[in-house]
Amino acid sequence: MKGEPKELKIKVNGMLYELKVKPKALLNDVLRKDLKLTGTKRGCLESTCGACTVILDGKAVRSCSILAMQANGHEITTIEGLAKGDKLHPIQEVFINHGAIECGFCIPGRVMMAKALLDENPNPTQEEIKLAMQGVLCADSGYVKQIEAVEIAAERMRGGE
Amino acid sequence: MKDFEYFSPKTVEEALSLLSQYKGEAKIIAGGQSMLVVMRQGLLAPEYVVDIKGVTALDYMTYDEREGLRIGALTTHRAIEKSPLIKKHFRALSEMERNLATIQTRNWGTIGGNLCHGDPAGDPAPVLIALDAKLKLKSLSGERIVAMEGFSKDMLEVDLEPDEMLVEIQVPTPRPHTGVAHEKLMVMQGDAGIVGAAVSITLKPKDGVCEDARIVISNAASVPMRVREAEKRLIGKVVNAPLLTEAGEIASAEADPPSDVHASAEYRREMVKVFVGRAAGRAFEIAKTE
Repeated sequence: MKGEPKELKIKVNGMLYELKVKPKALLNDVLRKDLKLTGTKRGCLESTCGACTVILDGKAVRSCSILAMQANGHEITTIEGLAKGDKLHPIQEVFINHGAIECGFCIPGRVMMAKALLDENPNPTQEEIKLAMQGVLCADSGYVKQIEAVEIAAERMRGGE
Repeated sequence: MKDFEYFSPKTVEEALSLLSQYKGEAKIIAGGQSMLVVMRQGLLAPEYVVDIKGVTALDYMTYDEREGLRIGALTTHRAIEKSPLIKKHFRALSEMERNLATIQTRNWGTIGGNLCHGDPAGDPAPVLIALDAKLKLKSLSGERIVAMEGFSKDMLEVDLEPDEMLVEIQVPTPRPHTGVAHEKLMVMQGDAGIVGAAVSITLKPKDGVCEDARIVISNAASVPMRVREAEKRLIGKVVNAPLLTEAGEIASAEADPPSDVHASAEYRREMVKVFVGRAAGRAFEIAKTE
């Protein structure tokens, strides 16, 4: 039947969730409304801004542009999955200490973008960082500190911190 | 977005059965990177959505010199961009993908979905037309092979029957001394081209005479379009800078560009001149070294 909820099984930040969702629910809707993981933002809703970026099976994707059902059986990491208890992930720590955060709206998406990049390529060139960072728009600070923060975080992560 | 009934077949056959059962009322979703946007805008409201993202058998790339390149319709843009095989034999395809939207979109969006969306501003279609690619379409009653060139029918309309799906893109190995290049006008890298141009030039081995040329412009008409008069200007001549400029001018006259929020028709026409010139110039340089 049209609109009838479907069973969805997804692993988010290591936890398995089983729930029923409407076919038209976006992955972003399910993360924010059903799982109450509001760290992932809801921005433009038309795949332009990147504020909704999460990691799906190791790859950065836009949660506003994927049906939740398309993530059935897949593994998602959101910004809530990065810190270990009170210990922030090195990318989060560097973003704070380097002054790379202004209003903060784009930051969860941007940190996830950086994480996907560094997981795949621990030693990116500045050009590669810029290419990744352009997938998340920032409306206020400009990108310089953010690019520098990813460079510093990459160096720290390579050092095994 | 309107409610719909959702199916997630795991094989091509299952997907085709669903299409045949719900003829005309079902719509395929692959990565959905374009489709969900038009569904949210209310331009598209299917009763049944057939999600083929899980049909893993259509995610592949193979190449051999005789058969050419075969790309499964569900191969992601990012996989094509990063494939060593594509970089080696079809560099223009890899370069085109690098400028297509953002990494997140390329990670989930598929080449087949892009082509079936039929956006006249899309990048893969003009490059694949320049490469003389063919598409394999399948339905329960059989399959047919069509040229990429004729696949786009109108804005957001392609040559697909309601019970058919695109399963494979076939790209022949370019002849020796062929260069292919794609250029588009972007405000920001990754933007849809305000206009785009893909050019393939084949030179005769010794004298630098153009043996064959394919020039395709995008977002300069309701479909990606070959500009045949511009091609004719190159074929049989010794290629040099003034000749490439002339080809750009002819292409500009052949274009039928729209006016919209991104650019006026006049501006697009002017930019077709510039971008055909650039793409042809680069294709020519590549052809000399191939």
